[in-house]
Amino acid sequence: MITLEHVSKWYGATQVLDDCSTRIEKGEVVVVCGPSGSGKSTLIKCVNGLEPFQKGVITVDGTSVGDPKTNLPKLRSRIGMVFQSFELYPHMNVTENICLAQRHVLKRSEDAARARALELLERVGLKSHADRFPATLSGGQQQRVAIARALALDPIAMLFDEPTSALDPEMINEVLDVMTELAKEGMTMVVVTHEMGFARRVADRVLFMDAGAIVEDAKTAAFFEKPKSERAVRFLSKILHH
Amino acid sequence: MRYNWNWSVLFADPYLGWILTGLGWTVLVSLCAWIIGLALGSVIGTMRTLPSPVARAIGSAYVEVFRNIPLLVQIFLFYFVLPELLPREWGRWLKRDLPHPEFTVAVVSLGLYTACRVAEQVRAGIATAGRGQASAGLATGLTLTQVYRLILLPLAFRLTIPALTNEFLNVFKNSSLALTIGVLELTARTRAVADYTYQSIEAFVVASVIYASISFLIAFIMRRVEERARLPGTLGTGAR
Amino acid sequence: MSSFDFNVIVNALPLLWEGMQITLLLTAFGILGGLALGIVLAVMRLSRSRLLGFIAGAYVDLLRSLPLVLLIFWFYFLVPIAVGHPVGGFYSAVIGFILFEAAYFCEIIRSGIEGVRRGQVMAGLASGLTQAQCMRLVVLPQAFRAMLPVLLMQSINVFKSTSLVYVIGLRDFLTAADLIGGRDNRLTEMYILVAVVFFVICWTASHAVGRLERRISA
Repeated sequence: MITLEHVSKWYGATQVLDDCSTRIEKGEVVVVCGPSGSGKSTLIKCVNGLEPFQKGVITVDGTSVGDPKTNLPKLRSRIGMVFQSFELYPHMNVTENICLAQRHVLKRSEDAARARALELLERVGLKSHADRFPATLSGGQQQRVAIARALALDPIAMLFDEPTSALDPEMINEVLDVMTELAKEGMTMVVVTHEMGFARRVADRVLFMDAGAIVEDAKTAAFFEKPKSERAVRFLSKILHH
Repeated sequence: MRYNWNWSVLFADPYLGWILTGLGWTVLVSLCAWIIGLALGSVIGTMRTLPSPVARAIGSAYVEVFRNIPLLVQIFLFYFVLPELLPREWGRWLKRDLPHPEFTVAVVSLGLYTACRVAEQVRAGIATAGRGQASAGLATGLTLTQVYRLILLPLAFRLTIPALTNEFLNVFKNSSLALTIGVLELTARTRAVADYTYQSIEAFVVASVIYASISFLIAFIMRRVEERARLPGTLGTGAR
Repeated sequence: MSSFDFNVIVNALPLLWEGMQITLLLTAFGILGGLALGIVLAVMRLSRSRLLGFIAGAYVDLLRSLPLVLLIFWFYFLVPIAVGHPVGGFYSAVIGFILFEAAYFCEIIRSGIEGVRRGQVMAGLASGLTQAQCMRLVVLPQAFRAMLPVLLMQSINVFKSTSLVYVIGLRDFLTAADLIGGRDNRLTEMYILVAVVFFVICWTASHAVGRLERRISA
């Protein structure tokens, strides 16, 4: 469903992505991990065209992301994205946040958008918070609203950019639970995260990145049992034993 | 539009001299007022962050009074009204014996006005530098005075360099108000040249170029200073 | 000094009120015209066109480096030359104020828009909004809240700085008071009155803005 072929990207003279290729099938859950600054976030932002890339081809459901003729807003509306710092719109309440793109991108009626919003809020356990403003919610609650906002567009795939990194430890699980649920229902997911427990339990495949390159692309069990590269071994030993 | 251009008149005697001495007074008034404004403003801004309610009240009363009255009105109050309100002896001294009365009044009133603006910047800088820093300092046994002198004020000044530069540029521009009580600074001289020669456009173009060049020069220098003073690993407040 | 004479003030009230009307009119023109031109300049500065951005940027930097007094003189002398006949101080002052304040309003609007976090734009784009929709629905509403108090504070500054038309003898509030004070030899009363009136208006207005700001950020 999502393919990356030899994707490279530079900021001025610095190369941030180095010949990245992979293929993500429908219904697959792929975790992207690696040391900070390794290009994970940049890579998934290329998938929905939030970051331009200079070389290579990315296609989503047959549509090329880098093609100037592609209708990017339309493509993006079919891929949900969840950000590290939530990025709920602070001037709108929870329901309005979830309705905005439904109304203006999908052109749903006000009632239909509202109904969908409430349905999703129920699912992430926040129906009673429908009229609250983002600033009055905890981080975990905000991130669950952000997931509902992305799901409201009925996406064919979901991108998660370090969805739990900005959260206090006690709130991480409420977000991971929602994500696990989503994976079980067969959603195609690409998740940048340091939560190795989540990766082990939920992911089908792990991409390990370092210095802008995909160093390892392996089935989850294989990655954790016997990582092939020296760098992945070092990364895992740092992140797992402390 | 009919207009006879004549740029050379600006370089003829005595007009070039007028403009240059005007520039001299502008610079002198600005610098003197800036020294008063920076010194007094730092004190008042600091007072507004102290634990003492009296110090805070004095500081905020000062800022409110000077901020909410137009600068021109303040200049008139100092020049015309103050001598009348003071005890007779003092008033007479101000009117008769004060050296360079126009210049002094302009500098003092511009300085006091600038102080209220500087105070706001310094206060904001100290607030940004933060309570956390203050507690950390106090926890290591520093006195409150030491905390201010060694931690809060140095941090606050670094943080507020762009804002303070802006205030200096304001003083420089505001110094033109001194012409209302007879200081023959750049704007007053320009106006006089325009009146005498009828070449008003040329005169105002030259004055505008002088003001703009000096402003840009100061902004340029201060950006360098700010880069030097910037704390390693931070973007600084001047970053765009 | 001789004792403070309130009768002087009472007798002067009609003339002072006329002056205050000029002051308020100048303020209103300065704010509305300045805001309108400021929005145009801000749009130019934020547009993708390098040329428009450069023109607006140069305009803003130049105007902000000049003293308002100089600008008032500029137009006092220039406007009659440009239109070929005297137009009176009021119109040249209005033009000067609008051109001057526009530079400041432009920067307030621009920094309000640029102050909205980049992640917000990303989130909007990620959900399929177009650039224009993102600006209208996500960025501008947030930017407007952030800049409203600053715009109001700048408006109070416009009100205060109208007193500078004294230099071209336009009869605003301060100049009216100055003329009366000079005529009746009561400058002390008049200047104190002017200071008190400005203080009361500006203090009240800036505290109202402060309250509004706290409500917005709450």
